[in-house]
Amino acid sequence: MNGFKQQILEILTEDCRTPLEQIATMTGQDLVAVGQAIDELEKGQVILRYRPIINWDRAERQRVEAMIEVKVTPQRDFGFDAVAKRIYRFSEVKSLYLMSGNYDLLILVEAGTLKELAQFVSERLSPLETVTGTSTSFVLKRYKQDGVVFEEGGEDGRLAVSP
Amino acid sequence: MNRRFINPAVASVPPSAIRKFFDTASTMKDAISLGVGEPDFVTPFPMRNAAIDSLLDGETQYTTNYGLMPLREEISRYLSQRFQVGYDPQSEVLVTVGASEAIDIALRAILSPGDEVLIPEPCYISYQACTRFAGGVPVQVPTRAEKAFELDAADLEACITPQSKVLMLSYPNNPTGAVLPREKLEAVARVAIRHDLFVICDEIYSELAYDGFTQLSLASLPGMWERTMTISGFSKAFAMTGFRLGYLCAPSLFVAAAAKIHQYTIMCASRQSQVAAWYALKRGRETGYEDVARMRESYNQRRRLMLKAFADMGLACFEPKGAFYAFPSIQKTGLSSEVFCDRLLQEKAVICVPGSAFGDSGEGHIRCCYATGVDKLMEAFARIADFLKTL
Repeated sequence: MNGFKQQILEILTEDCRTPLEQIATMTGQDLVAVGQAIDELEKGQVILRYRPIINWDRAERQRVEAMIEVKVTPQRDFGFDAVAKRIYRFSEVKSLYLMSGNYDLLILVEAGTLKELAQFVSERLSPLETVTGTSTSFVLKRYKQDGVVFEEGGEDGRLAVSP
Repeated sequence: MNRRFINPAVASVPPSAIRKFFDTASTMKDAISLGVGEPDFVTPFPMRNAAIDSLLDGETQYTTNYGLMPLREEISRYLSQRFQVGYDPQSEVLVTVGASEAIDIALRAILSPGDEVLIPEPCYISYQACTRFAGGVPVQVPTRAEKAFELDAADLEACITPQSKVLMLSYPNNPTGAVLPREKLEAVARVAIRHDLFVICDEIYSELAYDGFTQLSLASLPGMWERTMTISGFSKAFAMTGFRLGYLCAPSLFVAAAAKIHQYTIMCASRQSQVAAWYALKRGRETGYEDVARMRESYNQRRRLMLKAFADMGLACFEPKGAFYAFPSIQKTGLSSEVFCDRLLQEKAVICVPGSAFGDSGEGHIRCCYATGVDKLMEAFARIADFLKTL
């Protein structure tokens, strides 16, 4: 990927609402070129979606989140991909990663209540024939996500005026 | 108090105009500052970690006056590879407490009472003051926006007298962001040789030049190495301001003179800062200076934003190709730069530095630093635009 597109991705990662005109100014390119590059990034599925980072604790919505470490038996000819596909189709699964180390898959699960989340693990995830073990850890507090500190972040330690 | 006890050379230097703005600005909660003179990046972690490791290893002793040899070797290699100028790490490199100390001891090592120092203006605030502290006489050489704030050899020559001894040169420039292209630099070099001037070259922003421009090091030009002190440091390109680490390089005769002052006043720069700086150069050499390149690209994006914002506001601003400042003209408002900045702070809570703080030829301009977050920059631009409408 060329440096221009890399720059665009970095700017959008910082703020995906950055206006196209501003991106054009920052990169020193014209508006058409920026639009075209973003279009290509979207069509090539480099950019999949534009989503906000939300502090749900302040949005007064009850949510329970957990990280579940899962050990699975990979399937012949399909490896882990087929198992992963089964799992990521559950609507409760927000993120799913294949991991190195002591377990195979890491799932970020979200549910409305503790009971719902427990039901997901015991009634939907664990019974899968390829799942050989799970270990669930609940998220107690979110400090930082995708590079954004949730509270009291971004303090500027610099003097207001310096030579 | 009896003022007669104060050294007249010190008394003759007015308090920094920047200080006044700092005092007012620090009382305002929601002010956005374009008045800083340092990067908005935290020092990259590997350099911080090198300093931490040094402490954990119990390296708490003095270093030699000249600085740790591995650091001097890296500085020598860095200047040779990046700027084509060679210095012997044994005797031609002195590690200092920031480039600021280097400027001070360079002037004190070279000047005799009454010697004139040619200082292109607008310029960094310490040149005039340090010249006076060293018993010298500062001589302003104005540069102008219509000439891209480049030092014109003819303007320089017109200011030379039999007492002229030193030229202070600094490109990329603080506060203007100007750079000095090869042909202009060569013309300045010819004047320096013709009039037997010694040159103190502050190259602290030399890594921060944009859109393909590379600022040549003066000492790399024929006939200049032997009459030049090259000063730089780690604050700007490596985002290490708080480490306070710089260096002074020159033929051994001059370095030995500066080192004499350094050894009696400073002894040595902080050991942990030296270790962090050594690691910055070593890591830079091994990674193609990726940290520097990343920060430079980020500054460049914001430089373009600032230039466009001033153009949209109708404020004339020559295109700065270096450092991280723009220096727009506010002459059309009819306000002095100090009044403009004062009112902008009081009425819109945006901090800029009056151009007059950088010498008389800075009047009519304000220094705006774009090393701050894009959100804050955009908000500051909106506030400045609002302010201009009220005038």
